[in-house]
Amino acid sequence: MESDGIALKWRRIPNRYRLVGSHCENCGTDFFPPRKICPNCGRKTKMVEKTFSGYGRIYSYTVVRTPTEEHKENAPYVLAIVQLDEGPKLTAQIIKSNNKEIKIGSRVKLAFRKITEDGKEGLIHYGYKFQVIE
Amino acid sequence: MASIVGYGFYIPRLRIKIEEIARVWGEDAEQIKDSLGVEEKSVPDIDEDTATMAVEAARNAINFAGIDPKKIGAVFVGSESHPYAVKPTASIVAEAVGAVPYSTAVDMEFACKAGTTAIQACMAMVDSGMIEYGLAIGSDVAQSKPGDALDYTSGAGACAYIIGKEGIADIKATASYTTDTPDFWRKQGASFPSHGGRFTGEPAYFKHIIGATQLIFQKTNLQPKDFDFAVFHQPNAKFPTRVAKMLGFSEEQIKESLVVKKIGNTYSASSMLGLASVLEIAQPNQRILVTSFGSGAGSDSFVIETNERIKTKQRGLLKKMLEEKEYVDYAIYLKNKRVLKSE
Amino acid sequence: MRRVAIVGVGMSKFGELWDKSFRDIIAEAGLMALEDANMESKDIQALYGATMASGKLIGQEHIAPLIADQMGFKNIPATRVENACASGGTALREAYFAVASGAFDIVAVGGVEKMTDVSTSSATTALGGAGDQEWELFQGATFPALYALMARRHMYEFGTTEEQLAMVAVKNHENAYKNKFAQFHNLITVDDVLNSKLVADPLKLLDCSPITDGAAVVILAPLEIAKKYNDAPVEIVASAQASDRIALHDRETLTSLKATQIAAREAYRQAKLEPKDIQVCEVHDCFTIAEIMAIEDLGFFKKGEGGKATEEGQTKIGGKVAINTSGGLKGCGHPVGATGIKQAVEITWQLRGEAEGRNTNAEIGMTHNVGGSGATVVVHIFKRV
Repeated sequence: MESDGIALKWRRIPNRYRLVGSHCENCGTDFFPPRKICPNCGRKTKMVEKTFSGYGRIYSYTVVRTPTEEHKENAPYVLAIVQLDEGPKLTAQIIKSNNKEIKIGSRVKLAFRKITEDGKEGLIHYGYKFQVIE
Repeated sequence: MASIVGYGFYIPRLRIKIEEIARVWGEDAEQIKDSLGVEEKSVPDIDEDTATMAVEAARNAINFAGIDPKKIGAVFVGSESHPYAVKPTASIVAEAVGAVPYSTAVDMEFACKAGTTAIQACMAMVDSGMIEYGLAIGSDVAQSKPGDALDYTSGAGACAYIIGKEGIADIKATASYTTDTPDFWRKQGASFPSHGGRFTGEPAYFKHIIGATQLIFQKTNLQPKDFDFAVFHQPNAKFPTRVAKMLGFSEEQIKESLVVKKIGNTYSASSMLGLASVLEIAQPNQRILVTSFGSGAGSDSFVIETNERIKTKQRGLLKKMLEEKEYVDYAIYLKNKRVLKSE
Repeated sequence: MRRVAIVGVGMSKFGELWDKSFRDIIAEAGLMALEDANMESKDIQALYGATMASGKLIGQEHIAPLIADQMGFKNIPATRVENACASGGTALREAYFAVASGAFDIVAVGGVEKMTDVSTSSATTALGGAGDQEWELFQGATFPALYALMARRHMYEFGTTEEQLAMVAVKNHENAYKNKFAQFHNLITVDDVLNSKLVADPLKLLDCSPITDGAAVVILAPLEIAKKYNDAPVEIVASAQASDRIALHDRETLTSLKATQIAAREAYRQAKLEPKDIQVCEVHDCFTIAEIMAIEDLGFFKKGEGGKATEEGQTKIGGKVAINTSGGLKGCGHPVGATGIKQAVEITWQLRGEAEGRNTNAEIGMTHNVGGSGATVVVHIFKRV
């Protein structure tokens, strides 16, 4: 049976699995997620692929208690804006860990988890979440 | 000669105690703990599965080995709980660790020994010069029917080995023993596995482990006393202790490997985690015997010798991972294992 | 460009309008506006229609000609404008240009959203389309979550408290109580807000604007002929708009909406006014924190002092600047596409002295309409003629 929206998510696999972003060689700025045109350089953009280390800090966080249907089974979960060591910020869930406080400034590291699933017979979409480390 | 260049593991943080499972089914927890030698087992979180654990274990192994993932030529994931019946876990792992696109990958299934067979495949490919490094993973969210005996021991975990040349421990020999023996199985589409009760003992577990181990003793001219450690598949703590004795090993030799006490039977990851537990504390130039067992049935046996390079590596992560835990109740355990259905 | 005035306004009641369809409510609002402008349908020369998510909510795209037809307009140019929750404000701006440029004399702008024909879950998912699908929504973000991330940071950087957030909701319910068109007519206390169910920490149910059905219409004409239609025309003395990166994590800061600051600055420049000249303002309080940030970003209070100002009552009717006299999005309701137009309707009533029970006797008013978590902001300034 033909399924919807496969290519839309498949294109993002390297970004979501390995934090592949982009870097503008013209001005030296890093971007995650990747983009084609550098906002600083416009037509002078020289974008190349860059893989981020997976380390960062929590910039802000909340606990989502009323998620959309596809995130329901995971609730309640911590959603944060993480600032990667290299500079860019991204939005991701923080997975539970023992005795490690979730607060602005907590140090985090990349983890690999299920993000959503297209129902019982559909694809599983994996991607990045982060865990708080010492 | 094929060598272990790196290893990595992943145990989910959640745990459930034997007491809690026994409470639900009205059984005697002390008696069960006594007969199985297991205290508690690991439970995946709702967003974890065989693939996510395999990726974490593989990433840890690559970190340990310090190699460029692009040099991994083959990725094998052994499991009996692959997320898809058709669509390989191995390609998800390969993509997640960056061993793409110029590599081969495939999933394996042979109950609890699929991961060790993956190691054998990597050994052959490395020895023949076909690949520079191979990644062999055993990963499972062990399945069991609620209320069945296996409910007390079915854990979750993953273990990964990177096989190459000149690693921290050389694999000197391997031997296997295979027969068609239906001790434990799950048909396509069945929700839970079935098993043969006491039939899983002597005609299955013991026969194949002894068969493979004695074969490797013959091949290598080694005896139990020549080994510093022995690792056997751990469906509980009693079977490996008994088979060790039957083969002529002492309790001292197998004691480091018995991770089952704290995390249960992680199926395809079981013997691999037992080996990792030993490698975490082994000194250079020590000899380890590993024999796995997979229902259906078969065993893979290995003679492994550590070398000086083991001292150059950061070890001790397993102990830390085992200490980080949170207990859940039976309802959450079922929910996380997708047994509690809401549609 | 010519000077432009509002000559007619109308709106439906905002709320859960089970008996009324998308077409019913926009026709109702349109009729009220035509009556207010003393016009016939045939007088309207162009229509701008604002709806954010009619496709997901009622399965209908192409709503501009539908709205035009339902209001009795024949064969006129009809255009849909969509900028998420700022669809209304953006449509008003496009209509303003249509008249200011001289292309048209009489233009109608209708904003409408029918949100209760689907489940609450589906409506929430439809609203999610205002955020970044791939990098926010896919990751489990919701709109309350995005604003909660801003709230947490605002509390961290400036010491804003949950009580101060609650006071925004309390004040807006007080104002809505007096507005017969508003969704809510119940007074609430700070404790009611603090004790309400957590939605995305620290935001609770009563910190969040509701799901609402509603429509609002405004009719524009060149200032020079406005008195022909209404003896209390209201002039649009500034229209400004700015955009920003769609994902919250790509913004320079979480505690301000840069697009608000830029649009506001441009609006003050056009009108030759300063923040202190604004006497009444409808701001986009999709969540209580949004009002606190808005009153700072629009220049009414210093950055970080929005919470304190609210606590001190400076944004009440009778305070330094009356914020959200209609009840805002929280008290009056938030039918997404209609909100930006409703804000203009409320300011028009305020400047005419027709806001029963909540008049501020203001001469200068402002509206502030935001799309998503701040990727679009539209600011208008209005003056009594």
